Amino acid sequence: MGNNKVKVFVNIGLFVSCLLSVHFVKAQNLVNGKKIFETRCLVCHQSDGGGVPNMNPPLDGASNVNGKDIARLVKIIQNGYDERVALDGMYYNNAMTANPDLKEDAIADILSFIRNSWSNKAGMVTVLQVKAAIAKNKAKKK
Amino acid sequence: MKKQIQILSISLFAFCSNVLAQNNAGLKLPEGFKASLYANNIGSARHIAVTKSGVVFAKLNNPNKEGNSIVRLEDANNDGVAEKINGWAKFGGTGIYIKGNSLYASSNEAIFKYDLNSKDEVLNPLTPVTIVSGLLDRRQHNSKSITFDMANNIYVNIGAYSNACQEKDRMQGSQGMMPCPILDSAGGIWKFDGSKQNQTYKDGKRYATGLRNVIGLDWNTQTNQLFVAQHGRDQLNSFYPNLYTDAQNAELPAETFYAINEGDNAGWPYVYYDPIQHKKIVSPEYGGDSKKEGAAEFKDPAVAFPAHMAPMGVLFYTGDQFPAKYKNGAFISFHGSWNRSPLPQEGFFVAFVPFKDGKATGDWEIFANGFAGMEDGVKVTNTSKAKARPCGLALGPDGSIYVSDDTKGAIFKISYNK
Ligand code: HEC
Repeated sequence: MGNNKVKVFVNIGLFVSCLLSVHFVKAQNLVNGKKIFETRCLVCHQSDGGGVPNMNPPLDGASNVNGKDIARLVKIIQNGYDERVALDGMYYNNAMTANPDLKEDAIADILSFIRNSWSNKAGMVTVLQVKAAIAKNKAKKK
Repeated sequence: MKKQIQILSISLFAFCSNVLAQNNAGLKLPEGFKASLYANNIGSARHIAVTKSGVVFAKLNNPNKEGNSIVRLEDANNDGVAEKINGWAKFGGTGIYIKGNSLYASSNEAIFKYDLNSKDEVLNPLTPVTIVSGLLDRRQHNSKSITFDMANNIYVNIGAYSNACQEKDRMQGSQGMMPCPILDSAGGIWKFDGSKQNQTYKDGKRYATGLRNVIGLDWNTQTNQLFVAQHGRDQLNSFYPNLYTDAQNAELPAETFYAINEGDNAGWPYVYYDPIQHKKIVSPEYGGDSKKEGAAEFKDPAVAFPAHMAPMGVLFYTGDQFPAKYKNGAFISFHGSWNRSPLPQEGFFVAFVPFKDGKATGDWEIFANGFAGMEDGVKVTNTSKAKARPCGLALGPDGSIYVSDDTKGAIFKISYNK
């Protein structure tokens, strides 16, 4: 009986520390993502994620940014973006800078940051997801 | 009861319009000037033109919610607010100009001509004449703003589809192309015959080059000369953090206003104008180090404005209503910056450049401010928070000027009370 109690406590303890560490890792990812945003993205997408009308699209509230197509987001970060497309019904004229030097974990962090900043509340992006996205984008290209 | 509500709502309306008139539609103006909100929410109003009878035409960047991209506005009862508003045309764009009984309007790749009747109504909304087509539109800097000289020639801006003519645009470490191949078909002002149909590049002439992107331009009828305002290059700090701090990028390069002669070269992408050193400096993409001076052959600006404020409209004041100091000087509208981030933004106003003997005196001043709708002393941090961004400028027959806004589509009318 006493033994079981100990087991339960240990289990609860493990669970909580697990939660805490997940939480900590998540916070760390967002801190890294914020740093990348400030050095590489803020100038165009602005500190409030609101973008610049007709030039640079908002990331705050953007359906693609909050959406499920992680492969597309990864491709945009890596290759930049310069196409005549409507984003949430609006056209933008600037050309987005490519980031070929960003590592997979950095891409995961910047995407997690923009998906969880301002009013955005979408899932975090993991390194595994980024790896899968890169493989998928490569296969598509061939 | 019904009557009471009616009276109440009428007096409320009178009160509101009174307040709006009293506070000059939110604008801050020099003593003796007043402004009215001539129109609002008409769509992304870029350049504007006013007929001799006072009818205003606005070119929209994209079709508005009624599906129109040219809007006609009329203020028949002359209270400073347009009450008759309609529109047509599916093509988005920036340029609009009235010459005689013709209304010229541009898409991002062509210039069309419409005919006006004696009431300044458009006779052929569905069948304009194509004056020029096939101009480059590669998204970036694609506005084809237009003006005319005193003969019947059109001057059109063809902006460079690039920031600094790098091999890969806006990419850290990518070198500038030498010579810059973009300049053959863009990055300058082209001249066409305003009376000839169906012209393309081969019928036009590159009138001036080395201009990254010009949106505001106007013909100075006093000196018989073209004046243009250039949008300087972006992101010196993003791509060359070892040469430029964020604070330096916020002030570099100048937004430049040029008195253009045929054949002039303003130096983009090889040089930019540094308003602190008062020099043309070699671009870092072309081996510059933020100090090395550029070739003397490139044109010096008539006036250098603070960086990144984005000049959108130029208007020489030839009206008779404003005080004498404004006569033949230039108004320039500034859209407001984004590339001063992370520092606060600047612009969002209409400036005035006094002219003496046909030459700009460098002492420009802010003429109309407050478009962004910020509280006193508060700067815009994030560009999309600006309520209105000044764009087109036009002179009315009574000497008032009009200023358009391309965010929600306001038009302000500014007059002087004698
Ligand atoms: C030079 C300006 C610029 C910079 C710097 C920039 N972007 Fe962009 N971004 C754009 C433009 C312009 C577009 C839209 C391009 C188009 O319409 O083809 C865009 C599009 C996007 C989109 C797609 C939005 C949608 O609704 O589909 C995402 C996501 C994005 N950017 C994220 C970023 C991130 C993250 C960074 C920093 C690593 C960044 N951007 C840096 C200008 C920029």
